[in-house]
Amino acid sequence: MNNILVLPMLLPIIVGVLLIFLRTYGRIQAWISIAAMVVTAGISIYLLHTVQADGILRLDFGGWEPPFGILFVADSFSVLLVLTSSIVTAVCLSYALISTSKELQTMYFYPTVLFLAAGVNGSFLTGDLFNLFVCFEVMLLSSYVLLTLGNSKRQLREAIKYVSINIVSSWFFLVALAFLYGTLGTLNMAHAAERVAEVGQTPLLTTISLVFLVVFSLKAGLLLYFWLPGSYSSPPIVTSALFGALLTKVGVYALFRIFSLIFYHQPEITHTIIGIMAGLTLIGGSLGAIAFNDIRSIAAYNVVIAVGFMLVGLAIATPEAIEGSIYYLIHDMVAKALLFLLVGTMITLSGSSKMAGMSGLMKNYPLLGWSFFIAMLSLAGIPPLSGFIGKVLISSAAIDSGSYVLLALALLSSIFVLYSLLRVFKNCFWGETIVSKEEQLPLRRGVLLPCLVLVFLTIGIGLGVEGLSLYVTDAAKTLLNPGTYINAVLGIIQ
Amino acid sequence: MNINDVILKTVSKGAVLIILTFGIYLFLSGHNQPGGGFIGGLVIASAFVLMFLSYDSETVSDALPIDFKKLSAFGVLLAMLSGIAPMFFGGAFLAQSFGYFNLPIFGKTELATVTVFEAGIALTVVGVVVNIILSISEDE
Repeated sequence: MNNILVLPMLLPIIVGVLLIFLRTYGRIQAWISIAAMVVTAGISIYLLHTVQADGILRLDFGGWEPPFGILFVADSFSVLLVLTSSIVTAVCLSYALISTSKELQTMYFYPTVLFLAAGVNGSFLTGDLFNLFVCFEVMLLSSYVLLTLGNSKRQLREAIKYVSINIVSSWFFLVALAFLYGTLGTLNMAHAAERVAEVGQTPLLTTISLVFLVVFSLKAGLLLYFWLPGSYSSPPIVTSALFGALLTKVGVYALFRIFSLIFYHQPEITHTIIGIMAGLTLIGGSLGAIAFNDIRSIAAYNVVIAVGFMLVGLAIATPEAIEGSIYYLIHDMVAKALLFLLVGTMITLSGSSKMAGMSGLMKNYPLLGWSFFIAMLSLAGIPPLSGFIGKVLISSAAIDSGSYVLLALALLSSIFVLYSLLRVFKNCFWGETIVSKEEQLPLRRGVLLPCLVLVFLTIGIGLGVEGLSLYVTDAAKTLLNPGTYINAVLGIIQ
Repeated sequence: MNINDVILKTVSKGAVLIILTFGIYLFLSGHNQPGGGFIGGLVIASAFVLMFLSYDSETVSDALPIDFKKLSAFGVLLAMLSGIAPMFFGGAFLAQSFGYFNLPIFGKTELATVTVFEAGIALTVVGVVVNIILSISEDE
């Protein structure tokens, strides 16, 4: 019993609820919520160390033992993601503190972001499939609010699409849960995994797993990403950054968890389908990334490419590939938040989201330009930045397992990422400066500070892979040995 | 809008009392029999909605000076705090306990901490439901 396990979800909720009473105090709300997320990050660092020392931790809510009650389980994989998402949320909140209008701040913006963080952290930590559904809903409801907050026509149009697609996928999720419960008689992840392993993954179970695949693909934007670029490029920039960094990653996490813990017995069906979907996602995302002139759409399509890339790792499913995917997952949360924040700053400065509307920003805002340059290199996977290690591991695993098509697609997509962002870099930062020194909008003081934090993080993760590798190796090992997880939850002593 | 329907007003005065009593009964019978915070909250909320429907919203707001947004937030807070409390007594998050007490009028009564949790849920449900109805009705 480790009550501290519930804090990454509990703390944001409690602070968020308290902030509702402080509605009119925009700046105080911001500071309190940043503090809450920093504390959450601190707790997850502590949890990460405890997991290394004592193995997988679990907390049975209300003392109800599994498989009868709901529980939270912390292994290295989930805690690493909780840590990264808490840091990214804190940084995005500090960007909101500096840049967002006062009107938005008093419209329950901060409480909603905290509820979103609670839903994300809860999804990472839960050990029960129905609880996963609930945490998804907490996250999605907050995202509906954040998407419509700001009240522009475009946002409302995209919100209708986003809400309907998510309601449909939540319904699918419930149907899949009902099927699974009807077949296995349990929704505890470890217990379900144990039972699937006992009876073997029959065709019926494989079909159910494919329903789950559809559900999580919709959430993650794996192949079924048609809703993503529109809804990620319409809300205020902080919201886009949070969505781009966190929401799809929760879907990716769920895919990794389900297909490595429960449904891993028929890889020639499930993992092949995941591989095909990942390949098509890479192609579609790459085409989208070079097709648009709107820089927010380009950034949104970069999210899609990254999802495809991570799922290549799951499709190959060797220890090296899984490790690569985990590194890439962590990297992508940081780098995507950075990309969206920088793109948002560029749009605020030039007043247009079209590439034609901005030119020669480098002369006026060199720091912004070079931050964008580093973000670009990091996303393309240039060493020594954080995207490199994930790409290397996934590529070499693809070579080892002979998945040359996926390898080619993955590497080509990196070139497309580089090309799409290089195009933005060239058109927006170089070239003739349209705005003269006198007329340029002053960069609001401190706006770049959150971006710089993320720049240092991406450099830091790249250079400090050695320190991270201990945790990532453990995370990959747990994912590939479901027995460890099952034993930790059901308490069977070998 | 000025509603002056004598029958509606007279009936709802009586009905609100009955609905509220029934809501509280459902809420209290919650943890051993059908009922509970959610259902009790919905029934109580329907009493409030009936009042808003039969009288105009200004009259009811004057009689019940409650900010329903804050009421729902307070409900969540109460439910969460009742979950946290056992953590300070060495129990797991959300752990509950109960005991039997001899109260002056009721005699031997079962008192359970889960009632606090359910009260939080009931307040949240009341707050959210009334808030939704009010937001729709105030929309021009």
